[in-house]
Amino acid sequence: MKKYTDTGKKDTRSGFGDGLTELGKKNKDVVALCADLTGSLKMDEFKENNPERFFQIGIAEANMIGIAAGLTIGGKIPFTGTFANFSTGRVYDQIRQSVAYSGKNVKICASHAGITLGEDGATHQILEDLGLMKMLPGMTVINTCDYNQTKAATIAIAEYEGPVYLRFGRPKVANFTPANQNFQIGKAVQLQEGTDVTIIATGHLVWEALQAAETLNAHGVTADVINIHTIKPLDDEAILKSVKKTGCVVTAEEHNFLGGLGESVARLLSTHHPAPQEFIATQDTFGESGTPEQLMDKYGLNASAIVSAVQKVIARK
Amino acid sequence: MADYKALEDLVVQVRRDILRQVHKVNSGHPGGSLGCTEFFVALYNELMERNEKFTMDGIGEDLFFLSNGHISPVFYSVLARAGYFPVEELNTFRLLNSRLQGHPTTHEGLPGIRIASGSLGQGISVSIGAALAKKLNKDKHIIYTLCGDGELQEGQNWEAIMYAAGNNVDNLIVTVDLNGQQIDGSTNNVLPMGNVKAKFEAFGWDVMDIENGNDLKAIVAGMKKAKEKTGNGKPICVLLHTVMGNGVDFMMHTHDWHGKAPNDEQLENALAQNPVTLGDY
Repeated sequence: MKKYTDTGKKDTRSGFGDGLTELGKKNKDVVALCADLTGSLKMDEFKENNPERFFQIGIAEANMIGIAAGLTIGGKIPFTGTFANFSTGRVYDQIRQSVAYSGKNVKICASHAGITLGEDGATHQILEDLGLMKMLPGMTVINTCDYNQTKAATIAIAEYEGPVYLRFGRPKVANFTPANQNFQIGKAVQLQEGTDVTIIATGHLVWEALQAAETLNAHGVTADVINIHTIKPLDDEAILKSVKKTGCVVTAEEHNFLGGLGESVARLLSTHHPAPQEFIATQDTFGESGTPEQLMDKYGLNASAIVSAVQKVIARK
Repeated sequence: MADYKALEDLVVQVRRDILRQVHKVNSGHPGGSLGCTEFFVALYNELMERNEKFTMDGIGEDLFFLSNGHISPVFYSVLARAGYFPVEELNTFRLLNSRLQGHPTTHEGLPGIRIASGSLGQGISVSIGAALAKKLNKDKHIIYTLCGDGELQEGQNWEAIMYAAGNNVDNLIVTVDLNGQQIDGSTNNVLPMGNVKAKFEAFGWDVMDIENGNDLKAIVAGMKKAKEKTGNGKPICVLLHTVMGNGVDFMMHTHDWHGKAPNDEQLENALAQNPVTLGDY
């Protein structure tokens, strides 16, 4: 099986910040907006390099989304930055009408997504954002897994014309995908090849899926591990090809099982190739305070939970 | 000097268009549309610097954003009669497969529309974004926005009003249709907004009144004065005092016609008060 090495823990939000800095240098149409979280979103360098193209909006996310929509009229490519909770639930109607329905080229970049936000607790730990965003017609939804992928995705979405939701996180996590990778929106990344089960993971759960695959391999179970960074549009072809081979699937995400990646995969399979599926996700619950590791463990979002789910799903074949 | 006879004729024709659009589909919002007819006619035919061909980016021209999208009948009529799309298309208002949706949208590609509106309170924010894009593009043209007075009850407006003043967005003229009415009654009864002028001023805007917001000459003079105020570090607010349902006697001074279409008899009466000038679609 392929070997993946953590080249040093880094936060995905820094991948966003560094990607934005690079965009600032090479694309003069890129502008950035932030709602009083410049440091948290790692947007400082873009701000410093491009003061005329950086807009500090203050604690007013609805206004930020509207201004971003307006900036596209005149050819700008706005990147908005705040926490995932304030990027989605707080401004859903603004995104729906002024961005999605209006077809505006706004990049909604959301940090501190999911339960790994940690100690701040449930008010800030949104576990519903993927569902909210993927339900909007025309919205592209991306959830990246490490620093390198987040940086590449940030650069890639500037080249794509249309609204995008880019979701990433707060904690430092393993950085294992290639630097300077060619990020293709909507294209799954096959990380491991196996025949017994398909593990489809997104975001912080991708590294956990790789750890789980190693453990399973030691017990004679081989897994296809697929990194779905783009939840919408979903790479139907890659998923179907794998599940037709393995006959069962475990989906893994840092999100409620309602509305997330797992549901998208279930819809695809139920209409094209029904197969047993287990969901690694939060079970329709809010989060709570704790360290990211404690929370991932308590809510069953780690490698050992994936291993158990794989054993369960194989037994259902 | 404006040809006020021609503008007056257009106002009457636009009133007919509004009434006939909403009557045909027995839905839509005639009251606010009629109240803002003179404003729209003056804006598109006397005030805005507009390019012949519609482009979404609108580089090198003034732009207009309608925040209170429910007054789409007046917007559609004035756009059509300014040449953005065929006047006959007003026949399709609110019908299946039409570009003239109940509330304005870019989704069907109707020329003249740059943002969807209908869910209230978003237009000032969008206009600020477009104004900032103008500044980045070194385009000296102006952003005009219209919003309703009841609409100011939406909190997002005040985020936008604070931002525009705090960041010297001075290429923006926001007109508030001050007709004092909303769906459930007068604004004073539904949610008293106090002194709107003092509120805008307290936020740092340059505010002026057009006392007779249904008088073309007053609108043209007032809006030209507003334009002269641009570029001086402050966003401009124009409080346009209008009468909802203006031009149709039984629709005036009431909120009853906010979102109700006239029946056949009422239409006949209303049209008789506004005889054909330029020709019906």
